[in-house]
Amino acid sequence: MRQASGSVPIYDSANRGLPAIEELRELFNYRELVFQTVRRNIVVRYKRSILGVAWTMLNPLGTALILTFVFSAAFGAGSNYAVYVLSGLVAWNFFAQTTNDAMLNLLWGGSLIKRIYMPKTVFGVSSTGTGLINLTLALVPLLIIMLITRVPIQVSILFLPYPILLIAMFTLGISLLISACAMFFPDIAEMYNILLTAWFYLTPVIWVEDMLPQQFAWLVKLNPMFYLINLFRVPIIEGGLPTINQILFTSGIAFFTLFAGWLFFSWKSDEFAYRV
Amino acid sequence: MATGIETNSTVISLNEVGVCYINPGERIRSIKEYTIRFLQRRIEKKKFWALRDINLEVKAGEMFGLIGQNGAGKSTLVKLVARVLQPTLGRVIVRGNVAPLLEFGAGFHPELTGRENIYLNGALLGFSRKEMDLKFERIVDFAELWEFIEAPLRTYSSGMWARLGFAVATDVKPDILIVDEVFSVGDEAFQRKSAHRMQSFRELGATTIIVSHSMTTIEDMCHRVAWIHHGQLMAIGEPTKVIGLYRQSQV
Repeated sequence: MRQASGSVPIYDSANRGLPAIEELRELFNYRELVFQTVRRNIVVRYKRSILGVAWTMLNPLGTALILTFVFSAAFGAGSNYAVYVLSGLVAWNFFAQTTNDAMLNLLWGGSLIKRIYMPKTVFGVSSTGTGLINLTLALVPLLIIMLITRVPIQVSILFLPYPILLIAMFTLGISLLISACAMFFPDIAEMYNILLTAWFYLTPVIWVEDMLPQQFAWLVKLNPMFYLINLFRVPIIEGGLPTINQILFTSGIAFFTLFAGWLFFSWKSDEFAYRV
Repeated sequence: MATGIETNSTVISLNEVGVCYINPGERIRSIKEYTIRFLQRRIEKKKFWALRDINLEVKAGEMFGLIGQNGAGKSTLVKLVARVLQPTLGRVIVRGNVAPLLEFGAGFHPELTGRENIYLNGALLGFSRKEMDLKFERIVDFAELWEFIEAPLRTYSSGMWARLGFAVATDVKPDILIVDEVFSVGDEAFQRKSAHRMQSFRELGATTIIVSHSMTTIEDMCHRVAWIHHGQLMAIGEPTKVIGLYRQSQV
């Protein structure tokens, strides 16, 4: 519990305000913990070797090269396929790794939650922060591939922070939903990995939307990650801005998911200490 | 830091408090199980009241002891005060900042240096960067770890680990200190040092809650004692009297 200088904090279990707003206020008070946790994640991951940083970049790069090779040989994919697949992978990996990390961190952080008060959204928010740093690193190989494959780098690339922000909001929203559920049913952690694999193949990350037979087109339309990744790709591949409609609709998805996730998580978070 | 609290005012008050767990034996751990039981209509919610009808007040500056058998509900009560658990019933009011029942050194990361861990642990306790900058030197002084402060914690001995944890957790006198069976940290010299620090908190007016199985500790240190049995408050008052009643029940 923090103390504002000079005043005594009073905690009253019967007088606590709305959980969602209370959680937001406490998260602000504990912003240093978010920062320190992100710092820890990054330092621990990269401390041992400079190669650590390199691997973050090489991993999607390698996958993209293999996929490019396979897809252009087998399906005759277009010349900018490498950029297409790498941009999709960067966005998808951020989403998949972050949601999974957030869930596992909360489950493993259980012993801490049982002993000390902290706003539980710290876990999801710092996982998202860590993911954003990794995503920024992964943009470097993307730029390199663009240079190599002669996909022109346009001014529109300056628009990228906005789709990244939306993906981060969506990712945090899903992280909160899924990790709250996992607190009650730990086997969700296993199920979520299977779900992620299915979700990955149902999203046009490595395949192009046009490849899909007409009767399955609706499947893509129902998939929020399709819109989010698309918004991320347009400025890279098409060298222009997405349409206003695309921007508004995708923003709506991101805001709604974060809002729903936050409400659900903060509503349930009091019960976590009973569960772990 | 406790200037805002007058002596003899109530700092902790529990009013008709109850805490209900879902019985661990009956707890459903997976969706699969839940679905099967749901279809069979066999979802029973077996309730277990860890605490029931607890009314309790602790005054500022008091050393308050909690005794009772394992599983009596002592830890649950302490968690309510630390804001870790919300009461199922009743009301908990706590005035002042609570030094948590974090086992000293929990939350440290072995790959980070001593310095990095001090800042991480400080953030975990809710301190800002600025506050930690001010505390940093005092913490390292007290833990006597200047030589190793830039080394990763995995190279520390368990005693050094515990010293650092104790130093971070108790650097500034909290309004309310919770001590849950953790008196034996480090070697004898350090134990004396930490006992001395506790003593000074007490003199500075920190309210302390001590959970212990050692009746000597409780009798020596506490002004008042509460005995909890199966989640209920059996007796509260003078240490010798309450400990006497507790001992009688054990025979």
